[in-house]
Amino acid sequence: MTTTERPADSDDLRSPAGNPLGFGRMLRKEDARFLRGHGRYVDDVVLPGMLHGAILRSPYAHARILSVDTTAADAHPGVKAVITGKTLEGLNLAWMPTLSGDVTAVLATDKVRFQGQEVAFVIADDEYTARDALELVDVEYEPLPAVVDARHALDPDAPVIRDDLDGRTDNHIYDWEAGDAEACEAAFARADVVVAEDMIYPRVHPAPMETCGSVAYMDKVTGKLTVWTTTQAPHAHRTVYALVAGLPEHKIQIISPDIGGGFGNKVGIYPGYVLSIVGSIVTGAPVKWMEDRSENLMSTSFARDYHMHGEIAATKDGKILALRVNVLADHGAFNGVAQPTKFPAGFFHVFTGSYDYPAAHCKVTAVYTNKALGGVAYACSFRITEAVYLVERMVDCLAFELKMDPAELRMKNLLRPEQFPYTSPTGWVYDSGDYPRALAEAMRIAGYDELRKEQAERRAAAARPGADPSAPLMGIGLSFFTEAVGAGPRKHMDILGLGMADGCELRLHPTGKAQLRLSVQTQGQGHETTFAQIVSHVIGIPPEDIEVLHGDTDNTPFGLGTYGSRSTPVSGAAAAVAAQRVKEKARIVAAAALECSVEDLEWEHGRWYVRGDPESAKTMAELAMAAHSALELPEGVEGHLDASVVYDPPNLTYPFGAYICVVDVDPQTGAVKVRRFIAVDDCGPRINPMIVEGQVHGGLADGVGMALMEVIAFDSDGNNLGGSFMDYLLPTSMECPSWELGMTVTPSPHHPIGVKGVGESATVGSPAAVVNAVLDALGLRHADMPFTPAMTWRAMQGRPMRPDLAIE
Amino acid sequence: MQVPAPFEYARASTVDEAIELLGRHGAGARLVAGGHSLLPMMKLRLARPDALVDINGLSDLDYIRVDGDEIAIGAMTRHAGVLGSAVLAEHYRIFAEAERVIADPIVRNRGTVGGSLCQADPAEDLSAVFAALRGTAVVRSASGSRTVALREFHTGPYETVVGEGEILVEVRVPIRTHLGSAYEKVERRAGDWAIAAAGAFVQLDDAGAVRDVGLGLAAVGAEHYTCEEAEDLLRGRPLSDEAIAEAAALCAQRCQPQADQRGPVDYKRHLVGVLVGRALRRSAGRARGEEV
Ligand SMILES: Cc1cc2nc3c(=O)[nH]c(=O)nc-3n(C[C@H](O)[C@H](O)[C@H](O)COP(=O)(O)OP(=O)(O)OC[C@H]3O[C@@H](n4cnc5c(N)ncnc54)[C@H](O)[C@@H]3O)c2cc1C
Repeated sequence: MTTTERPADSDDLRSPAGNPLGFGRMLRKEDARFLRGHGRYVDDVVLPGMLHGAILRSPYAHARILSVDTTAADAHPGVKAVITGKTLEGLNLAWMPTLSGDVTAVLATDKVRFQGQEVAFVIADDEYTARDALELVDVEYEPLPAVVDARHALDPDAPVIRDDLDGRTDNHIYDWEAGDAEACEAAFARADVVVAEDMIYPRVHPAPMETCGSVAYMDKVTGKLTVWTTTQAPHAHRTVYALVAGLPEHKIQIISPDIGGGFGNKVGIYPGYVLSIVGSIVTGAPVKWMEDRSENLMSTSFARDYHMHGEIAATKDGKILALRVNVLADHGAFNGVAQPTKFPAGFFHVFTGSYDYPAAHCKVTAVYTNKALGGVAYACSFRITEAVYLVERMVDCLAFELKMDPAELRMKNLLRPEQFPYTSPTGWVYDSGDYPRALAEAMRIAGYDELRKEQAERRAAAARPGADPSAPLMGIGLSFFTEAVGAGPRKHMDILGLGMADGCELRLHPTGKAQLRLSVQTQGQGHETTFAQIVSHVIGIPPEDIEVLHGDTDNTPFGLGTYGSRSTPVSGAAAAVAAQRVKEKARIVAAAALECSVEDLEWEHGRWYVRGDPESAKTMAELAMAAHSALELPEGVEGHLDASVVYDPPNLTYPFGAYICVVDVDPQTGAVKVRRFIAVDDCGPRINPMIVEGQVHGGLADGVGMALMEVIAFDSDGNNLGGSFMDYLLPTSMECPSWELGMTVTPSPHHPIGVKGVGESATVGSPAAVVNAVLDALGLRHADMPFTPAMTWRAMQGRPMRPDLAIE
Repeated sequence: MQVPAPFEYARASTVDEAIELLGRHGAGARLVAGGHSLLPMMKLRLARPDALVDINGLSDLDYIRVDGDEIAIGAMTRHAGVLGSAVLAEHYRIFAEAERVIADPIVRNRGTVGGSLCQADPAEDLSAVFAALRGTAVVRSASGSRTVALREFHTGPYETVVGEGEILVEVRVPIRTHLGSAYEKVERRAGDWAIAAAGAFVQLDDAGAVRDVGLGLAAVGAEHYTCEEAEDLLRGRPLSDEAIAEAAALCAQRCQPQADQRGPVDYKRHLVGVLVGRALRRSAGRARGEEV
């Protein structure tokens, strides 16, 4: 805790339900229904006459489709329709645009390009029949060699995956660079020390608890299409369906009900969604499609898959001079990355991190491989996870070479508070920060010096003759991250031409209860609570009196959705501004009711009162009634208390944090145990500290997962080796220590209530801390995650393995 | 949702009825106990039985009791029952140590001893435990009961001596004195199958030499989940560091692990050596009455 922390709204101001009137801890409003089993997810949607669809998927990573015979499936009792790529070609729907200017197959027509790709869609009376009939669809394939290792995708003899694209002769997607190569070159030339390292941030999967699915109903009488679907961005989906399928947008309603986790997995539009719509058009009945776990892991948006080569230059006393990086990005068979259009590598060019140095450059080369498409997902803030991993590993590599304490090296190079707003070498404007304070706080909580002492003692003991060979190796790892969230300023950021500004509507009912309509969609982040607290903070009515509505495009204003930690920075600002407008309008009403001038009114604790006469006052609830009453209002002032806002953020917000991880490694088995994890986060003022801590806890678990076990590897035929939860490992409570959290509070100067996003901070910051700790324990400069026991042991043997390929 | 292929279903309430139902449904019928191995395979359509005979009603096969100089464990005993058993805790610490790291509480509440042994997954921990202890299996059919040494029970990966129309009803383990036992497993994550696992019991004589020893190995392609050569090498000798190292090295050499995403062959062999050594050392310590 530090002096600039914004105090929670005063404790004695509690609502009748005992909740804070504004910021502070309160239980989540949505939990009442979740805990009682009353959440309503897409799979809970049951409509009269509803049919069920199932997708036939490719067993091959790369194969030509010679024929698809549906005769037997069509004849199977209970089957209503079988849709193939040919059917869709007839409707001009076999291909659809991706979010990155490419196209992707809805159902394969010419070739299959990854294992698990969609080939046919069977619609039947129930899901059992649909799945049984999948086996009756007879597809003849001619297997082709697969491109599995991204490092060979551009070999001259590599098979060309995208021969559907005119004139394609290789697997190259794009080259993109940022920063100043020449300035970098000069800085490297005058450096005392240069360290280079290759590292893989392997392909991982967001793996939300709820898989993807949709229920579509095209009412042929009214012409209205309603789609209940697992989406983090309902409004964007509506517009895309209108653009792609040529359906009138006012006749499309997207409903994103309760969502069981997104993490980026539910941003894009999947073939299954489109197929449920086509299925409803073809059959005239509602059609439900819900994928199973393996389908989710094998065919929906993966994350990361960056092969990075970093080089860092410094003086011999550890002042960083420059950082440059070459990235080989594996995008899978189609470029389906979800990110702002002008940012093909997401926000990767914030890889300069939290340090003060003048020169940086990055080049990203993206390639096609025979793997599923996707790219930006899994709580990564548009590739900032990769960026932070790169810089935090490179700083540790530098410390390793300089034989310098990594905390000392970081302290020496962190940006100073007086440098904010700070423009990074690749052009990002960091809004606010006090980095040394956060690192010092993390070191204080960790007892950093004590830890290093313990480590030295253990090392000395292990070196003595007769020492226990199984005594654990202790490692301490640090990571400092700067996030860039709240995408984003409309003039720079759009997705498929849709600017990233968010609408929001606040309406007070006559009795002083409110409804807040949001464009963003919660997937577990607690929007229904946090946003009520934002409004409560501004206008003083209790959070329990504010109903937050979201997820239904017919009932909410337009906006781009929840991902990249953008809800609170963008829609949170919209809600705060809407509440401020309502408050100002209430002031006019108060002036009319109290028969004074607006200037005479002061605001305190949810009421306007006449300066010098606190008894002459009107509460927000009284003013809501007055605004709907016969009270005469000044000319030009409309009645009612409501506001409608579109918030176009002037900049991103830049949360940051300092993380310290302590691990113990079994020197004989390579098993890694996370002993402690200290996380100091600065996301500005905390609206609901409990929710913030929950977000951090989840992200830290993600980080442990990625550092120690999560990876989707492929064998040489392109078979996905992570297609179930037996193969794709997620961390459990057993792998997580009791998290030790701390905080500093540095408000954002441009956000109306100073808050920054926090949803992905811990996922972004934690993997590097764990990896740095493991490598510190092993005394190695670098080895690739995930540190499964086998990977760790082989790294100790000096024979590391590629995490992205099959183990042989 | 993953959906199995269509199948018939019948529920048995006695062992005889189960055997009769198996006979009636013929070669395509399978018993289902906890279902934690069979049902996932059916959902992936890797297993497609025509009929399931549900034996969860056979609660008379859910027991752990001392029977003469043996401990008898009913085939329908759940993992959780083994984990919590006072009888087993008194005689063989290896059971609780293995059970603690088998899957998770949800699986352990349902999965059975019989199902584990009959599944014959090469990584099944209980197979290694019973192999180490040289248990025996009691198998029943319409024509009566037969007893099979656990070390002859498994005929290959996913294959056992239990034939068509037969049911495993009980597993028996001899009670030993002056004994210590232990189980060691390395996994990628709690609830995952073993990368490699080793269990042992050690019986010491008054002079501190090995009177008898049993070794069990899971997930590493050890024949019958054990390594008898290593046991022979230890029997009659004091359990010195050298003896342990020799036995561990022999186990590592004789097993035939396969590379998979859990690890490469060299690592798995290495682990066998480490884990056999640790299991023997802790077993011996316990046989001497030490708290290890
Ligand atoms: C997530 C998960 C993790 C797991 N991790 C581990 C682990 O770490 N270590 C480990 O050892 N195991 C592990 N298991 C396996 C688990 O221990 C076994 O699945 C389970 O115990 C098998 O028992 P069951 O009663 O569920 O058998 P079922 O699935 O019901 O049956 C398995 C097979 O045995 C046959 N069968 C069952 N009972 C009899 C009988 N009495 N006579 C003849 N045949 C019979 C069935 O016909 C079937 O072929 C894991 C399972 C899961 C789901």
